[in-house]
Amino acid sequence: MKLKTKVHAEDGMQELMITREFDLSLELLFRAFAEPELVEQWMGTRVLKLENRRGGEWQFETADAKGKVVFRAHGVIHEFDPDQNIIRTFEMENASFGVQLETLEFEKLSGHRSRLRMHSVFQSVSLRDAMLKLPFAQGINMAHNRLQEIIENLK
Amino acid sequence: MNLRRDVFQAIAEPTRRAILLLLASQSMTAGAIAANFETARPTVSKHLQILTECQLLKQEQVGREIYYHLNPDKLKGIAEFIEPFRRFWDDRFNRLESLMKEYDPDTNRNI
Repeated sequence: MKLKTKVHAEDGMQELMITREFDLSLELLFRAFAEPELVEQWMGTRVLKLENRRGGEWQFETADAKGKVVFRAHGVIHEFDPDQNIIRTFEMENASFGVQLETLEFEKLSGHRSRLRMHSVFQSVSLRDAMLKLPFAQGINMAHNRLQEIIENLK
Repeated sequence: MNLRRDVFQAIAEPTRRAILLLLASQSMTAGAIAANFETARPTVSKHLQILTECQLLKQEQVGREIYYHLNPDKLKGIAEFIEPFRRFWDDRFNRLESLMKEYDPDTNRNI
């Protein structure tokens, strides 16, 4: 099976690269990153701020079913070139992953195919490795929460 | 869907991860493995069954005993835990792709 999304994270390096090819035109792909309503839908988060310009700020927030904020991240946009690239910082609040520098490169493959290369540089190797393990940790938490729900329903 | 056969579901459980670590350097029988845990023996057996079903462990009959050992090929696939991270982004990008396929640029909204 050919993987559509690839993650390249070399041992001992403080960076990672996510590559993905889309069955979308370059313009549509870029728009998915530029328009708050679209970002909200595919990222599954609320977009509080998305100032698409040099020096602009962005802020995302995700709440659980009870309205409790479980994820909040923010950063500054360093470069915003439509249909070409976005360079920004990324920092997750109340987490210990530090600040990352993200470079998103958008590339046209054909009229209806495009490629995204997302390069993240972390402050250290261990912070990068911790981030790589995050979805794994979330999986455990989610399983734990489900268990708790079941137990609560039994009472 | 049989979650039990999902590798990541299997390693999400602390005891099962402890079993994998225990078997990293040696093959062991179920009894010897269970001796390392305070968990009841049948519970450990259940964990071994799950790990075997998703092929993280292999069984080997030696005389009357069954020894468990790691299946390195399967483990390689989850080394460094990159796969859940990759899946996480793959899911997101799949959503992006289907969202934008339905998107009508002229009206600025989804059809």
